Amino acid sequence: MIKVVGIFGLLLFVFVATAIADPKFVTGYNLQNLLRWTSLFAILGIGASFVIVSGGIDLSIGSVVGLTGCLVPLLLSKGMSVGGTLLAVTGVALAVGLIHGLLVTKLRLQPFVVTLCGLLFYRGLIRYISGDQVQGFGSEYRGLRSLATGSVPIGFSEFQIPAPFIILVVITVVAAVLLNRTVFGRYLKAIGRNEQAARYSGLPTDRVVIGAYVLCSLLAGLGGVLFAFDMNSVQPSGHGSFYELYAIAAAVLGGCSLRGGEGSIIGVVIGAAVLRVLYNAINVLGIPTQLEFAVIGIVILAGVIVDELVRRWVTRRRLLRQARGARR
Amino acid sequence: MTSSDQPLLRVRGATKRFPGVTALDGVDLDLHAGEVLAVIGENGAGKSTLMKILGGVQRLDAGTVEYAGGNVSFSPVSLSPVSFNSVQEAVSRGISLIHQELNLSDNLDIGANIFLGREPHRFWWIDRATIEARSREILTRVGLHLSPSTLVAELSIGMQQLVEIARALSVDANVLIMDEPTSSLTLTETERLFEVVADLKRQGVAVIYISHRLGEVKAIADRVLVLRDGQNVGELARDEITHDRMVSMMVGRDLSNLRVRKSRAEHDRPLLKVRSLSSERFPETAIDFDLAPGEILGLAGLVGAGRTEVLEALFGIRRVGHARIELEGSAVTCGDPRQAMRHGLALVPEDRKQHGVITEWPVRENLSLPVLWRDARGRVFIDRRREIEGSQSAMDRLSVKASSDRQLVHSLSGGNQQKVAVGKWLDLDPRVLLLDEPTRGVDVGAKEEIYRLMDSVASSGAGVVFASSEMEEVLRMSDRVLVFHQGSIAGELNADELSEEAIMTLATGGGEPS
Repeated sequence: MIKVVGIFGLLLFVFVATAIADPKFVTGYNLQNLLRWTSLFAILGIGASFVIVSGGIDLSIGSVVGLTGCLVPLLLSKGMSVGGTLLAVTGVALAVGLIHGLLVTKLRLQPFVVTLCGLLFYRGLIRYISGDQVQGFGSEYRGLRSLATGSVPIGFSEFQIPAPFIILVVITVVAAVLLNRTVFGRYLKAIGRNEQAARYSGLPTDRVVIGAYVLCSLLAGLGGVLFAFDMNSVQPSGHGSFYELYAIAAAVLGGCSLRGGEGSIIGVVIGAAVLRVLYNAINVLGIPTQLEFAVIGIVILAGVIVDELVRRWVTRRRLLRQARGARR
Repeated sequence: MTSSDQPLLRVRGATKRFPGVTALDGVDLDLHAGEVLAVIGENGAGKSTLMKILGGVQRLDAGTVEYAGGNVSFSPVSLSPVSFNSVQEAVSRGISLIHQELNLSDNLDIGANIFLGREPHRFWWIDRATIEARSREILTRVGLHLSPSTLVAELSIGMQQLVEIARALSVDANVLIMDEPTSSLTLTETERLFEVVADLKRQGVAVIYISHRLGEVKAIADRVLVLRDGQNVGELARDEITHDRMVSMMVGRDLSNLRVRKSRAEHDRPLLKVRSLSSERFPETAIDFDLAPGEILGLAGLVGAGRTEVLEALFGIRRVGHARIELEGSAVTCGDPRQAMRHGLALVPEDRKQHGVITEWPVRENLSLPVLWRDARGRVFIDRRREIEGSQSAMDRLSVKASSDRQLVHSLSGGNQQKVAVGKWLDLDPRVLLLDEPTRGVDVGAKEEIYRLMDSVASSGAGVVFASSEMEEVLRMSDRVLVFHQGSIAGELNADELSEEAIMTLATGGGEPS
């Protein structure tokens, strides 16, 4: 909880600082776009956080985004129905997660290696399938694309709620319940914390871990499709590349420990927002875009350092309190 | 050199508290150059804590340590108070501690381990030649005739123990503290160790020797210091050291009257039947045994004799060869812990912190973990009310001492941690409760709670199998004992045949193979 408050403070700080520096930042149009892209990245981040809580990592998210994002226009252009296309893409994402999970649990391969290979494989695969040609919807499928491009007016302002945000809200609620209120979520945290103890307690560790990879790939797949809807035309070679790093960064900023065992869904959403606000601030404030990664890197590092310092301080205080309690 | 009047090391009023336990409560100790002082006492008597303080691992809360640290071959320096902040500090003053657990990096070779952290070097390069030469010399002293470039991973546990001792010797120690050095040694290795200790004595090194094996203590000690519950019970001079005196001082009562349990085992219909069980570590052996309802079966033997392997194979942690396991007459397979659990087995593992509990978690979440799914609403959503009720009742039943069930397990005392590791299974009403070293690192009070619980589980008609290296525990709690030696059952002892001598004879390979 203290973490979520901290990351929210960071978001507020970056937001207010940017707004003061340039009032154009808070125009309805800009905020709407900001929220749209925050939502899309947060969906990826939530997926990543499940894997990270299990003690693993998924580096293939960006390539899965590229895979599904290009597959949808490709399949539609080949004359497949909308329903069939979405079903096929869902199946692909599911299979990807299942394969990752099986390799990690049954063959005991390291998640880093498995998903690094995935990163390379899916990217190469989609570039080959699509002939490395730009895929797009042209002027068709506007109804379908409004899942990403659409927005709901709220009346009193030019700001409208972007459709991806509504999707994100639903996913956030479901994911938060899943992680915090269900047996699956508790098992996931137990496995991430101490896999051996989880196994000795009779937990179905393999199944739970596989579930985490499947969730991650499904959300990456969904994100890929929504990104494609939003951009209208996508490059098989570039669509989604590096997005896994944004997703992981959002999860880490939001309080997931890469050691596993802990994470907060709402924290991840706020973490994704911090990244997008920073990105936006760089544009709005006229900071050279070449510095974009440098700025984001520094801010994440600072956030993690502050978090670690706070954690140590809290631990020390708790130990002191206990020591005093024991003496009494 | 014999012990002089002025001690080399003098401890007065040593006191150390941990949350919930007072490990040391005003202990005094004198140690003279050239003597072997055996420190004995039950588990939790405070021996290890005292040694950790002398070795610079922990610091005293109250009391003083005075030490005449200097080179023993010169005239003794006068005693001055010391307080070591680190192991390095203690080592630099000539106090070396050999831990009970092995602390070797098994990916490195022997020489690298002996000089780990103090590698002789020329400029930036490690001086391999010096390491080789000095390692060889020290290895000869401990009777290990191996090349210093042998990888530690290739050594037997006993040999690794000797490397530990070699490492401790390599710093020119005045005081050498050995915490259960023989627990994993073979008889030959033990004898070799005794020769090494005698050698060191002649060189004027003072040795503190901690062991549960009273026979060894009798053979090697010049003086025996007995601790109980963190306090001095008394001392025995060389000619006063007898087995019985040591035992009665340690336990403060007579071992022969230990049995309070009355067996309620019903042997006519076995609850658990195990046939030709082998483990990865002992693929050649075939373990057969039965367990009756209401019976408490003890597994005795030296460390590494294969008891853990049997318990873990039963619980599906380790792969089993062609074992036949029958529960109440029907064959079952326990391929993984989940299956084993569904058949009504439960295991309290030996390594509490790695396997038994999630130490970073609160008591409540630990207690509910095995029953979470069973109790969940729709088998999906955690039923928080049942979780809280369950953890409360388990805490009450075992009288877990914690501020609340929200307290993190790692901040509890060892005994209370163990109660959580046991308590998490109770709500499942296991038909067979397996416990591996159920009271290791557990204080006396918690021990009694755990014994009481084992008793009540057996009384309810379930079976209990426990492995223990504590003789007293085996004698007191078992209706029947299987003694393990090198992976197989060396013998079976019924309640009326039980004695420390009988167990030790079988455990050391002295009995006829059954």
